[in-house]
Amino acid sequence: MSDTAHDRAALVRTLAEQHRHERGPLLPALHEVMEELGHLDRSDFPVLADVLHLSVAEVHGAVSFYHDFRTAPPPSHEIRLCRAEACQAVGGQELYDGTRSRAAAGELGEGTEVAEVFCLGNCALGPSGTLDGTLHGRLDGARIDALTREWRR
Amino acid sequence: MTTVFVPRDAAALSVGADDVAAVLEAAPGVSVVRTGSRGLLWAEPLVEVATDRGRVGYANVTAADVPALLAGGLDDLPERCLGPVEEHPWLRDQRRVTFARVGVVDPRSVDDYAAHGGWAGLRRALSLSPEQVVAEVVDSGLRGRGGAGFPTGLKWRTVLAGEADQKFVCCNLDEGDSGTFADRMLAEGDPFSLVEGMVIAGYAVGATEGYVYVRSEYPHAVAALRRAVESAYTHGFLGEDVLGSGVRFDLHVRVGAGAYICGEESSMLESLEGRRGEVRARPPIPAVAGLFGRPTVVNNALTLGTVPMVLADGGAAYAALGTGRSRGTQVFQLAGNVRRGGIVELPFGVTIGDLVEGYAGGTRTGRPVRAVQVGGPLGGYLPPGRFDLPMDYEALAEADAMLGHGGVVVWDDSADLARLARFAMEFCAVESCGKCTPCRVGSVRGVETLDRVLAGEDVSRNLGLLEDLCEVMSKGSLCAMGQLTPMPVRTALRHFPEDFDRTPEGADR
Repeated sequence: MSDTAHDRAALVRTLAEQHRHERGPLLPALHEVMEELGHLDRSDFPVLADVLHLSVAEVHGAVSFYHDFRTAPPPSHEIRLCRAEACQAVGGQELYDGTRSRAAAGELGEGTEVAEVFCLGNCALGPSGTLDGTLHGRLDGARIDALTREWRR
Repeated sequence: MTTVFVPRDAAALSVGADDVAAVLEAAPGVSVVRTGSRGLLWAEPLVEVATDRGRVGYANVTAADVPALLAGGLDDLPERCLGPVEEHPWLRDQRRVTFARVGVVDPRSVDDYAAHGGWAGLRRALSLSPEQVVAEVVDSGLRGRGGAGFPTGLKWRTVLAGEADQKFVCCNLDEGDSGTFADRMLAEGDPFSLVEGMVIAGYAVGATEGYVYVRSEYPHAVAALRRAVESAYTHGFLGEDVLGSGVRFDLHVRVGAGAYICGEESSMLESLEGRRGEVRARPPIPAVAGLFGRPTVVNNALTLGTVPMVLADGGAAYAALGTGRSRGTQVFQLAGNVRRGGIVELPFGVTIGDLVEGYAGGTRTGRPVRAVQVGGPLGGYLPPGRFDLPMDYEALAEADAMLGHGGVVVWDDSADLARLARFAMEFCAVESCGKCTPCRVGSVRGVETLDRVLAGEDVSRNLGLLEDLCEVMSKGSLCAMGQLTPMPVRTALRHFPEDFDRTPEGADR
């Protein structure tokens, strides 16, 4: 095991141990690792399983079920746009399609990823989305342009 | 010193409320209080200034507006100055019960909560026996606000009667339905009401531990709840001896991980236990064997947030509102293509038209309303011809629609209902937990079939197939997701058949 892998395993163990006495500790522990390390690595699964007295299959099962748990490092910037009904009613789908093609063409900064989300609870002020985790309402292409200006430097 | 109120609600933040608050905080002679949102989301950021006439509201305030606002420069602009907010027709004619404090109080202040009637329900509950508390909730007629509308008191009675070493109370704040945001706004704007409702529920059924399950898409609600829980512990409203009564109640805030299905109660319980959020077959119901197999109250946030009012004012006072078997008020949420979206809390029985044409004021685009979807992604699509329908559980069910969680999403005449029907199936395919075949496979087949319809391929045969598929899904699925995904599909077909009449590519009409 390399030093970095060793350090990672030790950190994951410490993070998981903070939750081992809770009931149903797996999701809180997975969130904690995501928060600290940005994604879940397959090598984390046996460590989590060991600390929380679960099988590796149970950890893998939970990680693969939930959309939030990434198994690859996060992109440099992330735009999540709502594709659900209330935002569709005000052009959310077109905004999503347009933003995706602009990102693919590299117009929104290098490494910017555009993902779909189904409802951010901002349904009266759509189209809604998050840019690097910050919620924005009444979005359109020009707003996204302005909000991503820094990313293109 | 002038006191100015600026919402910290996520919707207000999404359109710049923090920038406005920052400028106001830097202004001399101004004291800023951060509140939840009044629910006039069309006016956000809505800034209120304390005056001897009451709190005067200013709509759509930007940071650049602040100097003019403070100098009285917006006062003569009717579009911007709403006058005393509580006298504004949009708010004045509502009946705020569950949302009585939202937008009014500082949600971080336990004292402000108490000053606005907080904890009165809990104090009264602790003076009654658990059986009496359950009886009050039964008498109130309160039904589950998550969508199913099951009588809350009856659910509590089942849990109270259960014998177990441990019972639980779970608050479902996995509000994933598009067009709904009331749970979020309550959690952000009046989190102590949820804490109080859960402690009352715990006392009533003999549960000493509670969990609030909040979706991860709601980080502001998570933060507000965590803060409120911590503060409630400090002030003796949670812990081993609630208000010196000897009653114990511990409360934990848990965060989901991006799975719509976890709003389904049994799937939420699986998730709380740390597993894949796959639904459970019933029986047993959660009230008998819920979290970790123990008797568990699972209620929606709006239900639990209403409980303190029911206990404070008595079940009969709440039951005096409403219509038929739908008692009390419902927190309606107006969303989508609306001129004035937001929260409208009214007794059950208001018509769809009153909400869409009255409160919402038609569409934001100014084009005619063509369709509304009531009750979230699993709810029915209705045309303006059905706007006379009253918003109550039974009346909507009779019209093959559903009230759900009280959301109303509006579309203008550019809506394509065949595409929306396809989206209903697509959403189900993405979010199905996969446990039962009708939902997991049916939704994928639904997308394929509707794609053929959209391409004008053998339309009538494919629509026949689609109806078969809807029948199998609605009858054979384990939970509401698979059972109800056919509702938007079938109502779109029934009320908007012309949208499905696609011409084959390259054919002449």
